[in-house]
Amino acid sequence: MLTILFDGIAYGMILFVLAVGLSVTLGLMNVVNLAHGAFAMAGGYVGVVLVNRLGVPYLAALPLAAVAAALIGVVLERTLYVHVYGKSHLDQVLFTIGLVFMASSAVSWALGSQQVFIELPGFLRQRFEVFGVSMGAYRLLVIGVCGALAVGLQVLLSRTRFGSRLRAAVDDPVVARGLGIEVGRIFLLTFALGSGLAGLGGALGAEILGLDPNFPLKFMVYFLIVVTVGGASSIFGPFLAALLLGVADVAGKYYLPAAGAFVIYSVMLVVLILRPQGLFAPRSGR
Amino acid sequence: MRAAAQAALADLGRWRWPEVAFWVAAWGSWLLLPEQHLLLNEVAILGLFALSLDLVLGFAGIISLGHAAFFGCGAYVAGILARLGWGDPVLGLLAAGLVAMGLGFVTSFLVLRGSDLTRLMVTLSVSLVLFEVANRMAWLTGGADGLQGMVVGPVLGWFAFDIFGSVAYAYSLVVLFGLFLVARRVMHSPFGLSVRAVKGNALRTAAIGIPVNGRLVAIYTMAAGYAGVAGGLLAQTTQFVSLDVIAFHRSADVMLTLVLGGVGYLYGGLIGALVFKWAQSWLSDLTPEYWQFWIGLVFVALVVIGRERVFGWPAAVLRRIAR
Amino acid sequence: MIRRSFMAALLAVPFVASAQAQQTVKIGLIVPMTGQSQSTGKQIDAAVRLYLQQHGDTVAGKKIEVVLRDDGGVADTTKRVAQELIVRDKVSVLAGFGLTPLAMATAPLAAQAKVPMVVMAAATSIITAQNPFIVRTSQVLPQPAAAMAQWAVENGIKSAVTLVTDYGPGIDAETWFAKRMKEGGAEVLASLRMPLASPDFAPFLQRAADAKPQAMFVFVPSGQGAAVARQFAERGLDKSGIRLIATGDVTDDDQLNGMGDVMLGVVNAGHYSAAHDSAVNKAFVGAFKAANPGMRPNFMAVAGYDGMHAIYQALVKTKGDTDGAALVEAMKGLSWESPRGPMMIDPQTRDVVHNLYIRKVERVDSELYNVEFATIPMMKDPAKP
Repeated sequence: MLTILFDGIAYGMILFVLAVGLSVTLGLMNVVNLAHGAFAMAGGYVGVVLVNRLGVPYLAALPLAAVAAALIGVVLERTLYVHVYGKSHLDQVLFTIGLVFMASSAVSWALGSQQVFIELPGFLRQRFEVFGVSMGAYRLLVIGVCGALAVGLQVLLSRTRFGSRLRAAVDDPVVARGLGIEVGRIFLLTFALGSGLAGLGGALGAEILGLDPNFPLKFMVYFLIVVTVGGASSIFGPFLAALLLGVADVAGKYYLPAAGAFVIYSVMLVVLILRPQGLFAPRSGR
Repeated sequence: MRAAAQAALADLGRWRWPEVAFWVAAWGSWLLLPEQHLLLNEVAILGLFALSLDLVLGFAGIISLGHAAFFGCGAYVAGILARLGWGDPVLGLLAAGLVAMGLGFVTSFLVLRGSDLTRLMVTLSVSLVLFEVANRMAWLTGGADGLQGMVVGPVLGWFAFDIFGSVAYAYSLVVLFGLFLVARRVMHSPFGLSVRAVKGNALRTAAIGIPVNGRLVAIYTMAAGYAGVAGGLLAQTTQFVSLDVIAFHRSADVMLTLVLGGVGYLYGGLIGALVFKWAQSWLSDLTPEYWQFWIGLVFVALVVIGRERVFGWPAAVLRRIAR
Repeated sequence: MIRRSFMAALLAVPFVASAQAQQTVKIGLIVPMTGQSQSTGKQIDAAVRLYLQQHGDTVAGKKIEVVLRDDGGVADTTKRVAQELIVRDKVSVLAGFGLTPLAMATAPLAAQAKVPMVVMAAATSIITAQNPFIVRTSQVLPQPAAAMAQWAVENGIKSAVTLVTDYGPGIDAETWFAKRMKEGGAEVLASLRMPLASPDFAPFLQRAADAKPQAMFVFVPSGQGAAVARQFAERGLDKSGIRLIATGDVTDDDQLNGMGDVMLGVVNAGHYSAAHDSAVNKAFVGAFKAANPGMRPNFMAVAGYDGMHAIYQALVKTKGDTDGAALVEAMKGLSWESPRGPMMIDPQTRDVVHNLYIRKVERVDSELYNVEFATIPMMKDPAKP
């Protein structure tokens, strides 16, 4: 029973790191970025190449994957995303679906279409018995890293100068510009942060989720669920939503295998109808 | 329905020559391109599906990323009826449309409020729930293996479906043309104009006494019916239904199709379907593995350059003519 | 404008096609090259190209032309593409079919058009019963399932849990594993079915483990095996005394190396291993790797290769006659030495008959392979009388 809970939490944490970048771009920058999963995939594949082919240690490869995904994010933001900030949501959907198609084909061409994993080092394959709960070292690492990230992000956005500038830039770009805040640069940094987190999530989660060229489409729905249920205006909303989703998904499959994903989708629908701003968002939007 | 169609036909005087040319070309393609009937049949079905999305997105302004829910619903209704021995295509199509309309009516209340994003997610989750329902009810739908054993009778008791797709294309084209006439009539009626007004400014529309929600429910229900008929056509002409009919990629494809052809003037879906299917078929012949890359590139370029700039003038010309 | 050039292009196609029709035999190869099952398509395509390269493109005086088309794993596309290939390209044989629904959707059409369908991947038993023009060169899932159960019973496994993907082939595997276990006096404690699209296998594995069986029998489609096996090991189930036994789909040769050391020691039943010890296989694997750097042939590739062989041999027997019924008649009872070992097309069921091997994953020359250690010779589809 507790093992299931533990697994669910680890799964939820992965979803959180993968989706939190989307929550930032969507909630703060108001860009519907369906290509978010492509950045996660990029991070994951960077991890695969580094660890499996070049022999870089696993723990060193994780930050490198994040940096690589962030860099890709920077390049794409400067060259392409800049042009769609002001466009309609329909345009953004179209544009990002196009990007997903391109990313999937490119990965399939460059690295093949078979599902791949990142080799885990031996010490992450151990298991511990704590109070009768069997836990894997890898899942413990996932929980630790993701928990720390959640706290760090919340602090970053609510306590630092960068955070307040970002919120100012989103609330009213014109006034923010007037106050001497470089809106373009803030957006760039935010976007890079979001893509970097996705890249980290992709590399960290590859063990559970697996990597293949179809990754962005396969998990897009899960990211969107996390963001919509959690609300896109805070860090803790998506965090709680991801945990809830992870635990519900794992427990649902364990206790009610016949119901499958049905429960999750229905819950999302109900939340959307009753609380369109998200379950954990303050009731009034801006 | 027939009365409306006749009224629209009587209205033919107001048709401009490019519209007439379009339909003459469509019918001409049946005579002149017998080798292409299969692809054209898919074009017609996708065109009808995209027309349905146009009613929702182009006229009522509701972004939907789950329109395949209605398409799939229609496909399964037609498919299951055909499997149970009710193989008459026309009746099956009618049932597909009606059931999808029912589903559309019920779910329309979910998209009345909310931002683009909320509507996007609501429509997406409706289609996901429906996908799971179809997946779970394997005794009825065949689940992941697909619905097998459909027996579709001849159209009107006369025209049996052939392997060249000639009957299928003619059948789909007739249905598409009929429903297009209805949609054209409706969109040029006071009702259609009021729906456009809602898209323009819901608050002001309500202020001049038009029931905004009623209009949205009506147009959403109608569009759902259209999508259901399109799904039914696909089920009957391929004589097979799989979970794929509700899958996400179908919702995404139809949106891409519609935008490719231009939103909000009825012909966009049809032209988009022609271009999309042709490009897809051409590219996947050239490069079966990587055609998605080029399709993706087209959309990225389209948005970055600006849809208005790319489609600006032909769409404007057609829109002026269609009005 | 676009429309006009489109029409012109389309009008030009049929003339070109019909001018060559006399000397050329066209084979329509429909496989998923995009989407979730794309690795299946790529393996088959690579093997088919290899066969053409090795055996030339002329047989019985006819020039062979393979028309490759992608269906993305979508059933209605498969059917439409098949229809186009028959009507427009005038293909004499259809081949490929990556998944059961894709084959099922096309079966009525092939029967109507009297065109042989060479199934190179889909593995549900009922497929060949759909029409008399279907010939299969891949495998039938009851074969490895029954073989695995037979081995388990003989090796003292008294209780097992089955864990399969919830669609046609999975249910075939579950049914036949359980049947043979019961016949051998062993027990199946629980039969779990996982949805086709299921990112996290952990809960299912936990449930299976909680039943405390001696062995866990797994079938998942080619491509998902790695995730299952890794999570099996990650949960420490390998150390808890539960044996992981599987069909060869789980330890797919194409992906085995990427799955890592956790796979070592997994016992499974399959009809093809890249490590199969024969001269024919060594030549096949060597040529395949040389032509496709970075890929290793798996059971999909060998099915594509053998499918081409069946078509070539049939054309030789009919002396180049491409009549559908004649070709199928010629394929019935064909037997040859394939890279997988001896194989035959069953003259009654048109289904594949081949050796089933019990294998264990081992490291050979720094790569992981399924190393065969027991053989069940020339097994027919147990699900057919």
